Amino acid sequence: MDQQFDSATFGMWVFLLTEIMFFGGMFGAYTVYRNMYPEAFASTSAYMNPLYGALNTAVLIVSSLSMALAVRAAHLGQQKALQICLLITMFFGICFLVIKGFEYHEHWVDMKVPLFGGHWNYSEAPQFAHQAQILFCFYFFMTGFHAVHMLVGLGIMTTIFMMARKGTFSPTYYTPVEVSGLYWHFVDIVWIFLFPLLYLIGHTRHLV
Amino acid sequence: MSTVLQDPQTTETPNYLNAEYGWKSWLLTTDHKRIALLYLISISVMFALGGVFAMLIRVELLTPEGDLVNSDTYNKLFTMHGVVMVFFFLVPSIPATLGNFLIPMMIGAKDLAFPRINLLSWYIYVAGALFAIAAIVMGGVDTGWTFYTPFSSTYSNTFVITAAVGVFISGFSSITTGLNFIVTIHKMRAPGMTWGRLPLFVWANYATSLIQVLGTPVVAITLALLALERGFHIGIFDPAIGGDPILFQHMFWFYSHPAVYIMILPGMGVISEVVPCFSRKGIFGYSFIAASSLGIAIVGFLVWGHHLFVTGMSMYAGLYFSLLSMLVAVPSAIKVFNWTATMYRGSISYATPMLYAFGFIGLFTIGGLTGLFLATLGVDVHLTDTYFVIAHFHYVMVGGMVVAYLGGLHFWWPKITGRMYPEGWGKFSALLVFVGFNVTFFPQFITGYLGQPRRYHAYAPEFQVLNVMSTAGASILALGYIIPLIYFIWSLRYGKPAGNNPWGATGLEWTTQSPPTTFNFDVTPIVTEEAYAYAKHEEAHVG
Amino acid sequence: MHSVTPVRTYVLIWVVLTIMTFVTYGVAQIDLGPFNIVIALAIAAFKMTLVIWFFMHVRTDSPLTKLFVFAGFFWMAILFVFTLGDYVSRAWMPGGKFW
Repeated sequence: MDQQFDSATFGMWVFLLTEIMFFGGMFGAYTVYRNMYPEAFASTSAYMNPLYGALNTAVLIVSSLSMALAVRAAHLGQQKALQICLLITMFFGICFLVIKGFEYHEHWVDMKVPLFGGHWNYSEAPQFAHQAQILFCFYFFMTGFHAVHMLVGLGIMTTIFMMARKGTFSPTYYTPVEVSGLYWHFVDIVWIFLFPLLYLIGHTRHLV
Repeated sequence: MSTVLQDPQTTETPNYLNAEYGWKSWLLTTDHKRIALLYLISISVMFALGGVFAMLIRVELLTPEGDLVNSDTYNKLFTMHGVVMVFFFLVPSIPATLGNFLIPMMIGAKDLAFPRINLLSWYIYVAGALFAIAAIVMGGVDTGWTFYTPFSSTYSNTFVITAAVGVFISGFSSITTGLNFIVTIHKMRAPGMTWGRLPLFVWANYATSLIQVLGTPVVAITLALLALERGFHIGIFDPAIGGDPILFQHMFWFYSHPAVYIMILPGMGVISEVVPCFSRKGIFGYSFIAASSLGIAIVGFLVWGHHLFVTGMSMYAGLYFSLLSMLVAVPSAIKVFNWTATMYRGSISYATPMLYAFGFIGLFTIGGLTGLFLATLGVDVHLTDTYFVIAHFHYVMVGGMVVAYLGGLHFWWPKITGRMYPEGWGKFSALLVFVGFNVTFFPQFITGYLGQPRRYHAYAPEFQVLNVMSTAGASILALGYIIPLIYFIWSLRYGKPAGNNPWGATGLEWTTQSPPTTFNFDVTPIVTEEAYAYAKHEEAHVG
Repeated sequence: MHSVTPVRTYVLIWVVLTIMTFVTYGVAQIDLGPFNIVIALAIAAFKMTLVIWFFMHVRTDSPLTKLFVFAGFFWMAILFVFTLGDYVSRAWMPGGKFW
């Protein structure tokens, strides 16, 4: 069983390596463009609400705590604690997505969604329209891919919760909980970086 | 040595092939050996498809004018040839077939670490291939297999997104295979199978898996961004709105250069198994070959900019990438020297796998050396986007990788099927492949050097003679591929039954029966001797 | 399997993470020029390290796992450094443009 635990967690880390490279590619491209068009990117900061970002960060961090506690509970065979912690984790995960939904809605209303023909308008600073469009694309792609990973994470948590209810886990077998925990923490880490990059740009600078 | 003669008329011994019958036992299998065969069939189909495009290209290039197809169609031909061959044949080939089959056996395990993920990886591969075939059937893609922007993102009128999705999906097949191998090799070796005793084929696939895991996600995100850009009509790489096409190339080649090492390293692993066996001698410089596999994997990630020399990349970056591209040749050269030294004073026999190994060593060396031409900044300015580049990579990919793949198939065929292929035909086909290959691709070095550009359906009339020669060679090469296809299938029923170890090779896989049972070993083996202990075995056997 | 981390440790890490989030937010309100992003990313890196080390149990994991975790970030760094290196070094040539 130990070898299976070792293999499974090692396997999940190898998978997380691929996720690091996947998001890393996006972060790299974003960095290139951000440095290419600093003023255009600074101008977009008016539409990124750092409060939403900070709130979401706090939400995910709490969910990471509850996830770590869930894994610990599984390790100790504390079935009730495990289920409660899983539910808390899922709750905060859903909170995150709801807040994100509000954000996306605001962007939609502000005409800052370049993805569908009609909902893009940058007449406030037309000299930056093209470059700002690139930024907003990256904003939606980066947060979008992240949100997709969150959804997958919620799906995994649901499955783990069902398995926990059936009494599948014990101190000698809690591998799926540990492995899912690793995935969940990783999604949290991606957001930890998305927050400063996307929300805290040039908040002290003025629009040119 | 003695071989166990199996009388085909008596009841066949239980093995993984007859353990269960029915399509569900194949399509829902978790046996790594059956999954390897599933891959073998699907990869062969894609190889044939890519080969058809190659023949159309070569037929068009018989004449200097663009008369068989128009330029748009020609663009589609070379694009689909490249996409199918690179992503659906070369990248998965040896790891998914020989690797899947052999690695658990070589380390003394019953299966891979994650057998169901292994099966999933095959289904993912098939899904990706279906998307690629859909793109072809619907009308093709014409961007080149490199999907350069802004043509691919904005101006092309072909099924770019479909093709990109197919490649994206197939990337996950590659990642899961690599992940499986890494965990298996780390965690499931039999007692006594230390890292220093691993067959070099396993080392090679380990290094390959590292590349697959670290590099593939980057091409995934690159193609995803491309597809999103094209689908939503937004700009990320579109220069008209401030996007940077060079960024696309950086991201694309960050994977695609290491990808070529994904393709060649397993081939080198095959050669490292074949050469000692048919020289009856332990491999020379085992630790150097193992280390250079890792070296190629790591340094291979540092050289991608050599595909961008003429794009307007900074000259300093060019200098750096040029230097590192020269350095990455060193570990490959070390391997070539070590294989040669292994053969020195060995007792050489000329079985078909060994003929392919000879071919590999020579052709890979030529391909690798011409890579140095291209790594030289100044020379590359002249040679880039000419047929010289095409000849270079076909020498390493076809003269190297495909030749090694064929050699490996012949070497392990008795183990996989329990049958021998006909040796005379094997040697003949190896000869056809070698001759056909050189006649096809050597002239391309010359025409390229003289200035024939790649990806053009027409060329200057003075290149015609060499192009005709090239097409003639391609026909011979095609024959060299078709004949083994026929005799391999023939051998399934009529081939001589092979014993457990017809070659007298070392390695745990040869200690099992041919074909192996479903769980490979009745008892977990305990490894006590070093790899390639041919000298010791020679003392024990008489003749 | 490995030792069990006490609840207190997890909660302490959580507190630090939350505090650092506030700090990030607060520092962003002050204009420090180019250092704003440097500090923000440095704090993010610190938070990430805490999550990896404690929440993801890397602290008690084998050297092999630690190596692979390091390798992931190292490889991402390769992509960043050499791609950005191209863009930055274009300005070093006469007539070259920075970005």
